[in-house]
Amino acid sequence: MKVAADSFGGIMIDVKKHSAALLSLPFALVIFGFFVVPLCLVIMVSFWDYNSYSIIPDFIFTNYHDIFYGCVKSLPDLCTSFATYLSSLKFVFITWVITLIIGFLVALFLCFCVHSLQMQIVLFLLCTIPFWTSNVIRMISWIPLLGRNGLVNSTMQNIGLTDSPVEWLLYSEFSVILAFVHLYALFMVVPIFNSMLRIDRSLIEAAHDAGASSLQTLTSIIIPLSRPGIIIGSIFVITIVMGDFITIGVMGGQQIPSVGKIINVEMTYLQFPAAAANAVILIITTLMIIFAMTKLVDIRKEL
Amino acid sequence: MTKLIDRRSLLKTAGASAALAGFGLSAPAVHSANEKVVRYLGTATTMGSEIDKKLFEDTGIKVKYIPVTTDEVTKRVLTQPNSFDIVDTEYFSLPKLVPSGNILGMDSKRIKEFDNISTTHTLGEIGGKKIGDQGTAPKKVFYLKDEKSSEFSPEPTRWATLIPTVFNADTLGIRPDLIKRPISTWAELLNPEFRGKASILNIPSIGIMDAAMVVESMGEYQYPDKGNMTRDEIDLTIKILIEAKKAGQFRALWSDFNESVNLMASGEVVIQSMWSPAITAVRTQGIPCIYQPLKEGYRAWAVGFALSAATKGYQADVCYEFINWYLSGFVGGYLNRQGYYSAVPSTAKQYMEPYEWDYWMLGKKATKDIKAPDGKKLAGAGEVRDGGSFVERMGGVACWNATMDENRYMVRKWNEFVAA
Repeated sequence: MKVAADSFGGIMIDVKKHSAALLSLPFALVIFGFFVVPLCLVIMVSFWDYNSYSIIPDFIFTNYHDIFYGCVKSLPDLCTSFATYLSSLKFVFITWVITLIIGFLVALFLCFCVHSLQMQIVLFLLCTIPFWTSNVIRMISWIPLLGRNGLVNSTMQNIGLTDSPVEWLLYSEFSVILAFVHLYALFMVVPIFNSMLRIDRSLIEAAHDAGASSLQTLTSIIIPLSRPGIIIGSIFVITIVMGDFITIGVMGGQQIPSVGKIINVEMTYLQFPAAAANAVILIITTLMIIFAMTKLVDIRKEL
Repeated sequence: MTKLIDRRSLLKTAGASAALAGFGLSAPAVHSANEKVVRYLGTATTMGSEIDKKLFEDTGIKVKYIPVTTDEVTKRVLTQPNSFDIVDTEYFSLPKLVPSGNILGMDSKRIKEFDNISTTHTLGEIGGKKIGDQGTAPKKVFYLKDEKSSEFSPEPTRWATLIPTVFNADTLGIRPDLIKRPISTWAELLNPEFRGKASILNIPSIGIMDAAMVVESMGEYQYPDKGNMTRDEIDLTIKILIEAKKAGQFRALWSDFNESVNLMASGEVVIQSMWSPAITAVRTQGIPCIYQPLKEGYRAWAVGFALSAATKGYQADVCYEFINWYLSGFVGGYLNRQGYYSAVPSTAKQYMEPYEWDYWMLGKKATKDIKAPDGKKLAGAGEVRDGGSFVERMGGVACWNATMDENRYMVRKWNEFVAA
């Protein structure tokens, strides 16, 4: 090593000086090639014009104008874009609250109520079992359960709870949220569990010795110290739900709008510039939410 | 259902060919001299392993599939014209495909059965009677001015845009056991009696046509051309759809074949837009389902083959051999037995039993059990095909699937309907 270092002495100095930059170079290149460049292309194409069979290089704002077409004029009625975003935001909020509560409780249980490490591992693996099948299958398997002639409805009718099938179980906002929570709760469990594992147990003992109740320990020690996990889990759930269109499509009977579906339809009709403009708006909206979340906690510092 | 199995094996080939296509932007078009391979781009609903097997026996040609959805076919032709030899597409996509110059005119002189192609396509008539031509009717886009022209010719020329293969007349599918009364008009789709039990397909260009049939039959409006609406007409149509949706008329919207089958078979929906093989799929599960003829008529569609502009020389010869074989009768008989119509009825007839021909094409009572190509029973002796004979069904066509001039606006308004 020494010989090699001497013979490349001049370079080695640079390497030492910029080692951090060099180490991050491969990943930076990947990010640049597979994220920055495509993103720039999307932004560029969002200003192009198009007809039914080709896209035309240009610099126009029509695509953005189309997205917000009639939005001001039709107030207080919501235009398509506002209604779609509002619906997406509603799903994001409800899913976020439910997955957060479930995720936090599961992590809390795994971390503080299960005392043997082996048991923790076994139970944690149990949580991941649903992930052995694909996303789509987990979602679709709700359909025979919730349908008009499905298992839930026929059971309720048989035991006399209801006289006629309950319609809102399937192809409704309820079924969409149910699927979201089912699909994404684990994304909340994992980072929160990870954060909780790092909490120094002596802190909890100290709190206990100082006479803090369980609730006080929870609110003043565990929750603040799990914050990075909560934020990371929240970012996962929020970004996935914002961009999702398959779950909303399948579970909502394709009657509930989503930004992803609008982009998807535009793509199949070769309206790439319009789809790009919608994608840009979606990215901006999602980034704004993430930005607000990171204001609440400085992830870089906490990690 | 062999159909599903076929699809599965297709998907495998799809993965392989997609990987291949991704590798060098396009798979090599030249194969060794004694290997005849055709790279097929299309929805593959009118292909299948039995057809592949027979094709190979008769001609030694192998098909390499690039199976995608209807809209994806168009996208692929426009964006990756070198990735396929032959494209199986709808006539209504032609106004988008032809201006791109990515497909060639088909030489009618090289097609043996060209003169026997159904008059529904060439003349827009059947049994001497004119049929509805609203929308992108095949006769409007049947010929090109020249092999490489990007303009349609109203007069017959040597160069055809597509060589037609299969077509059909679509209508609403119903569950007679759950509706329990006769259905005879498109307006029933929005009848409040079926609130929460109706569905319409969520493919804007086709869904809007079904909606237009409903609007006309409700007496709300008569369109000069349902297949080419003005902005006001689109607004009106979507407004009626939105009102129905807000009132809870639709249980769900569907966008792929299997979804429509599941909605119907599970009883979630009792009346909806549907495609002929989907009806067959519900019926072979033993569930009653009717492709209900309606008094306002049918919405028709037609598909055919074209060659990529990049397909030349020997490879083009193989493609023409494939197309000639496709029209020579085996496939025609096979597809007719699924409820489609072959573009060359005369050859298909040679591959069907007389009692099958009588049932499927002449609308006569079945004298024996009618079976799907996979051997499952579709109808018993004494039953008659929904809608009757070929001449009755195709004679009742009101409009064809279409690409509108206001397509861009229509898609935006359709999204509004989905979001409402």
